[in-house]
Amino acid sequence: MVEKADQIFVLLQHWLVSFLPAAWQHAAAVLLGVVAIIAVYPTLFALAVLMERKGLGRMQNRYGPNRVGPYGILQPVADGIKSLTKEDIVPFRADGLVHFVAPLVLVVAVFMGFAVLPMGRNMVLVDMDASLLFFFAMGASTELSVFMAGWSSRNKYSLLGAMRAVAQMISYEVPLLLSSVVIVMMTGSLSLERMVEAQNHYTGIFPHWFVFTPWGLAGFAMFVIASMAETNRSPFDLPEGESELVAGYFTEYSGFKFALFFLGEYVGMFGIAGLGATLFLGGWSAPFSFLTWVPSWIWFFAKVEIWICFFIWVRGTLPRLRQDQLMNFAWKFVLPMTLVNLVDAAVWRFMGEGWLRWVVCSAIVLAAYVLMGRVGMRREHLGPRSYRYAE
Amino acid sequence: MSFAFWAVTALTVAGGLAAVTLKNLVHCALAVSVAFAGLAMLFLQLDAQFAGFAQILVYIGAVAILVVFAILLTRNADTPKEGGVFSRTWLAGLVVAAAVFAVLGWAVLAGAKGLPNEAAAPAVTVQQIGQALMGRYVLPLEIVALLLTSALIGAVIVAMHEAVNEKGGAK
Amino acid sequence: MSPLAGYLLVAALLFAIGLAGALTRRNAILVLIGIELMLNAANLNLIAFWRYGPHPEALTGMMFAIFSIAVAAAEAAVGLGLVIQVHRHAKTTDLDQMNRMKG
Repeated sequence: MVEKADQIFVLLQHWLVSFLPAAWQHAAAVLLGVVAIIAVYPTLFALAVLMERKGLGRMQNRYGPNRVGPYGILQPVADGIKSLTKEDIVPFRADGLVHFVAPLVLVVAVFMGFAVLPMGRNMVLVDMDASLLFFFAMGASTELSVFMAGWSSRNKYSLLGAMRAVAQMISYEVPLLLSSVVIVMMTGSLSLERMVEAQNHYTGIFPHWFVFTPWGLAGFAMFVIASMAETNRSPFDLPEGESELVAGYFTEYSGFKFALFFLGEYVGMFGIAGLGATLFLGGWSAPFSFLTWVPSWIWFFAKVEIWICFFIWVRGTLPRLRQDQLMNFAWKFVLPMTLVNLVDAAVWRFMGEGWLRWVVCSAIVLAAYVLMGRVGMRREHLGPRSYRYAE
Repeated sequence: MSFAFWAVTALTVAGGLAAVTLKNLVHCALAVSVAFAGLAMLFLQLDAQFAGFAQILVYIGAVAILVVFAILLTRNADTPKEGGVFSRTWLAGLVVAAAVFAVLGWAVLAGAKGLPNEAAAPAVTVQQIGQALMGRYVLPLEIVALLLTSALIGAVIVAMHEAVNEKGGAK
Repeated sequence: MSPLAGYLLVAALLFAIGLAGALTRRNAILVLIGIELMLNAANLNLIAFWRYGPHPEALTGMMFAIFSIAVAAAEAAVGLGLVIQVHRHAKTTDLDQMNRMKG
């Protein structure tokens, strides 16, 4: 019974596919998986938008939207209708083809990343050997679409927002990859399925999730920071800050294309939250060994939702970082910390079992954080005010 | 030669042609990104998964963005190009390129009888690649690391603004 | 035509297109784009020979292609830095106008 609940989607897929002739069954199974992903994640997107507006509202001491349904539940429906029926304005001198294609490229690249996430036991769409690399390759493709959007609008604010966004995404891509490389090192494989299987063991009641090790915790912290910067979420949302750049690179988009950008951004958040949950939080494995009777996909989506709630919480709490502060932070703190983390993981691996490696590795990570974070990033005293004039 | 091969080839060649013939520079950069993506798909058809994903990550994620930034930083705003986008000696270049293609094509087709045909797909795991990189190819790996570091430092120094003294002139 | 010949012809065609672009365009950045296309065509050649060659388990072609990708990225970075610096000095990236040795 527990097995059936756990594998209910897989069994459903097999049952539906069994109606077709044998030659088409594989393609139909994959197609069903794709349809499921395309159906589930936009629904989660609608819920996340609602959660964000209500959550941010409560943190800012106001109600969120509460007019459209009971407690504002139908707000995403209203938003969807509004986006679909608004006039689609394209600026006269905008580059037609590029302007049209940019949101499409974003949405396609973002949805492709879901093909390799293990959402439950036996619930990976494509089980590749190099699935982590595939996910990062898809993430890198989103940068190009951001630039296309900003440039094709022929608008100074859009271009500026796009350049900032691309610079930010490139800067934080390296720490994102390096903090995942630690996990690759410890599991010996780039495949996300192996990583979840490596974390699916329990000592006593506690799981072997990578976040519960010193290097895993540091890697997790770096991954969270880098993922917030990759998806242009606050406090790294200068490229799209409403008070700074109108709307950054999607200033000139209206109607459905804007909704596509919004969708792409949130679904990208889900993707990277799913990746973080897989890499550090054990994917679909349960937090305690006495809870393994709960279906695995419930745990995966619960972890993704916790990540999203954390993103929303941070957005409502921290002020926005300036562009130079953001880049400074990336290159001078996060990147060296990830490198130290790599060394730390190597030390862990070669020290053998025992309590000593916990002490040594925690000490290395703490010392690096204090030295680089507290001492190295101390701001210089402000000098006399200087002016720069436009030439 | 499956339909997928011909479709991806058409996409790649179209991207390449667009990249060298279009007038607008940013369009050229985007067209060459399409060509890179097509090439990545060709790599995937050849069962070279690691190379294909590395191609997307490096070329589309980094080189295309570099090219686009360089285009944006070297724009001469609103000056119309005199003489068009092709160089004065375009005919010679075209003839040379056509000659190179003719020679290469002849070499491939003439040697077609001796080329090995359909082999079984090699089952290459990423672990084998890792072990090869750290075992047999560790020296090239370290040299490439050194090369990348020097290229990084070099690019920063070459493109850095010259620091200007208050008394005028570059430092 | 065997599959290997097909891939080699595609690589030759891309190489010729890249060469044509590098030789006929005025703008320095397009020359670099042409060079990148040529390098990519060579990579395709390498991977095709690795796949259809006698010893694919030796991974020679794949390794060569991966190193080639890394080196091409480094070369693109330095080349574009040079183009930016030249533009700062000469205020143009038009290669037809850079025909004097005097700075």
